[in-house]
Amino acid sequence: MRLIRRLRANLVVIAGVLALVYLIVPNLVVLAFSFNQPKGRFNYTWNHFSTDAWQHPCGVAGMCGSLTLSLKIAVYATVAATVLGTMTAFALARYRFRGRGATNMLIFLPMAMPEVVMGASLGTLFLNMRIQFGFWTILIAHIMFCLSFVVTAVKARVMSMDPRLEQAAQDLYATPAQTFLRVTLPLAAPGIAAGALLSFALSFDDYIITSFNAGNSVTFPMFVWGSAQRGTPVQVNVIGTAMFVIAVLLVLAGQLAGGRRKARG
Amino acid sequence: MTTPSTSTAESDDAVRLTGISRAYGAFTAVHPLDLAVPAGSFFALLGASGCGKTTTLRMIAGLETPSTGTVHLGGQDVTALPPYKRPVNTVFQNYALFPHLDVYENVAFGLRRRGIKSVRKQVGEMLDLVQLGPLARRRPHQLSGGQQQRVAVARALINRPKVLLLDEPLGALDLKLRRQMQLELKRIQTEVGITFVHVTHDQEEAMTMADTVAVMNAGRVEQMGAPADLYENPASTFVANFLGTSNLIEAEVTGAADGILRLTRAGQELTLPAARCRTGAAPGDRVLAGVRPEKITLVHGDDAEAVPAGRNRISGRITASSFIGVSTQYVVDSPVGPDLEVFVQNVERDTRLVPGAPVVLHWNPEHTFGLDAEQDIDAGLDAGSDTDTGSGSGHGGGAARGRTEPGTGPGDSTGSTDSTDSAEGAAV
Amino acid sequence: MTAAAAGPLSPPAAPAPAEPGKAQRRAAARRRRVPYLLLLAGVAWLLVFFVAPLVYQASTSVQTGTLEDGFKVTWHFATYWDALTEYWPHFVRSLVYSGIATVLCLVIGYPLAYTIAFRAGRWRNLVLILVIAPFFTSFLIRTLAWETILADQGPVVSFLNDLHVLDVTSWLGITEGDRVLATPLAVVCGLTYNFLPFMILPLYTSLERVDGRLHEAAGDLYATPFTVFRKVTFPLSMPGVVAGTLLTFIPASGDYINAELLGSTNQQMIGNVIESQFLRVLDYPTAAALSFILMAVILAVVTLYIRRAGTEELV
Repeated sequence: MRLIRRLRANLVVIAGVLALVYLIVPNLVVLAFSFNQPKGRFNYTWNHFSTDAWQHPCGVAGMCGSLTLSLKIAVYATVAATVLGTMTAFALARYRFRGRGATNMLIFLPMAMPEVVMGASLGTLFLNMRIQFGFWTILIAHIMFCLSFVVTAVKARVMSMDPRLEQAAQDLYATPAQTFLRVTLPLAAPGIAAGALLSFALSFDDYIITSFNAGNSVTFPMFVWGSAQRGTPVQVNVIGTAMFVIAVLLVLAGQLAGGRRKARG
Repeated sequence: MTTPSTSTAESDDAVRLTGISRAYGAFTAVHPLDLAVPAGSFFALLGASGCGKTTTLRMIAGLETPSTGTVHLGGQDVTALPPYKRPVNTVFQNYALFPHLDVYENVAFGLRRRGIKSVRKQVGEMLDLVQLGPLARRRPHQLSGGQQQRVAVARALINRPKVLLLDEPLGALDLKLRRQMQLELKRIQTEVGITFVHVTHDQEEAMTMADTVAVMNAGRVEQMGAPADLYENPASTFVANFLGTSNLIEAEVTGAADGILRLTRAGQELTLPAARCRTGAAPGDRVLAGVRPEKITLVHGDDAEAVPAGRNRISGRITASSFIGVSTQYVVDSPVGPDLEVFVQNVERDTRLVPGAPVVLHWNPEHTFGLDAEQDIDAGLDAGSDTDTGSGSGHGGGAARGRTEPGTGPGDSTGSTDSTDSAEGAAV
Repeated sequence: MTAAAAGPLSPPAAPAPAEPGKAQRRAAARRRRVPYLLLLAGVAWLLVFFVAPLVYQASTSVQTGTLEDGFKVTWHFATYWDALTEYWPHFVRSLVYSGIATVLCLVIGYPLAYTIAFRAGRWRNLVLILVIAPFFTSFLIRTLAWETILADQGPVVSFLNDLHVLDVTSWLGITEGDRVLATPLAVVCGLTYNFLPFMILPLYTSLERVDGRLHEAAGDLYATPFTVFRKVTFPLSMPGVVAGTLLTFIPASGDYINAELLGSTNQQMIGNVIESQFLRVLDYPTAAALSFILMAVILAVVTLYIRRAGTEELV
């Protein structure tokens, strides 16, 4: 009876934990099968344990090339989208001007648009402009869909900042440029960082829009897609697991650093 | 600093505002006003929320552009200068400490911006002055409210400004801490000798700390002077009600002789020194006779004969009493008014003074003051308890304050009040 | 960058000082230009690479022609009609699958968001990281992992078979025989999984703002835990529910990865059609028309939904 009562009291938590399991299980499967040595081409059934793939992560033709391309595009797209998005966010958060509502709408729309529509439209335009598909078209597309997410993240942060902090800086002899560098930018930094991080993840992970604008270039998601038809190499699981672990470690390190800063003094 | 065009007498003033005003669209936050703050003084701008005091302060700091008029600091016209070029510093409401910098860097901020390389000695001394030395490496959010307040003061003072502006600096502290910080701010001001301009809605705070208080209402300065002078000789009903409590009795002038005005209201005779009457009063005019509750002596009706001759006296009946500790506060219903307030020191308590008891109020006629009866008798009554939360930033803040304007009777704009302001503004 | 100096939302139409100096007026004019300069690059990028393609797509959808001779605008609206008559099952499937996935995300995601917000205590940050972290493994890889999990001879399918669950689901028509892969169940499962974080995060954000003391206050006022949830918590989390459902439904309805990897030709969604028309059949007008129909449908559904939910503070 007591067990049942405790179960009932924690029903929400139990459901929550189950949802978490649902979210995490595929990652665990990816991790497990990165140590598999598949019998045939398909890495679907467990054969036996091996660390081959971890020792030769680039042992598959084309995979590491696609990974490099994806990382390169993700970095460039993140930098560009973060700079453009931050500027746009400041304009939207700090000024009232003609066309502010329309601009807000323009920023919102790409987030409310199915990727397949955006990808196909941009692809059609490039095709008809006779622009060579490849690195640059992918980059342009990625900057385009990352931009809105950066604007949203930075705008939220800037709007929640106390305007008196910048007034205080000016009161303490900081010129407008100094105020921006010493006060505004550091205060907006968490929002900018969040936007940049999101950009990187979105760009690195994008398949749908990229597939319409890549031509013969192969990004990592496209490599995975292509290999899925022929049988995914184990190395794909290695990369997937490595990304997961690196991301978790980075976030944990950030949390720890933040925690230590709080504990100090 | 003295420019050829300004006389030496004027440059003795740390701050001089000439015809300065600020309008937001149709709403006028500050009506054209003249104000001079003597160098080295502790000056308070006192008023309820929305009276324009914060806007005035921000115009001195350069954070708000005046619609008309000029701002002089130490004889120099700074009206066109941006805030970062003005020799003033501000202690902001809620402090506005930089959350991403520690205490040390917050305090050093102004010095560094002016290109001073070795700041350590100065910062150390300043932190000692505000007793924060051991906390130099803490972040603002790790400090208590009182500590944050002291960082804000140190951060501003270290720049040795011509004028230190304080915008409701104690508003976020609890009562006990506020008392303590009042004394501490006063100590610091005496120690460093810098001119302080202090904005507050707390009349007690203004009177405790400041040498000179300017009472603002609805964008105008109602009266300016030393705290005791303002309290004893209020020039308008707003000041009489906003600073402490006043009993205001509307009465008719029946005679004037030898500098004494004779008044009557509901058959009760009162006398008022003509010198203490703020309005010209000829027989037949109506004036407001005021007296502070603590000036009044209260005796039971049975002892009425014991009241000495020559005192103003009114008989009535106690309707309520509340025991406060050092004193007891009585509300008395009388023919001249339903709610006369009396404070009686608890020296020897008369046990007959309970609600319902007949009483006689009497006081020295010298303690009576006279005001123009054309004013709203209740001006400033609801404003005293108000807390100023107007951040004073931008249009929205101004408009919001405009809506919460305390009762502004027609009397506020009478000629007598205005002329008093400008005359006193120029005199200080 | 004088953005910092101009202060918060300084209204450009601020009443000009009565006697402004020339320098002041010039400074005001400069301040008025600042937002436009800041916006220039970002807005231009979106206009050229987001709006222009959509406009161009609109014109493509009414073009006719062949790959060899090129396409011309002939106002051939029949493309829309043909696309609709031929592919309406795909549209219906897209809406049904993504609709079910959205509801499932809400049902699965709400308890987790609630747990993180109110019950996780010191585990809160760790759980949040675990919700976000899957983002960083390519979602293709994670979807492929579902292929492994739901594989025909895998433990999950065998287990469900032993419990005769699959008999029930086949009877319901959402699985076929003793398979889960290549059935609607697998596709909806994949969609739900893929977009679950998009539901959880907005839910968590709005739940986190709910003051825990409200629960106590409601309990103090004789509300049972369920009533507290129904009358206090859930209404307060409405912004999160709306944002989460939109963030789930919109991308899910255009998705074709899950249908491609976990489904068969019988589970193809409209995204699959657009993809193949564009990349394989090379019938650009049809791809464009389908895109526009999809956009219109989503817009209609979303508008209706926001009306009903009564929350318009989304943008």
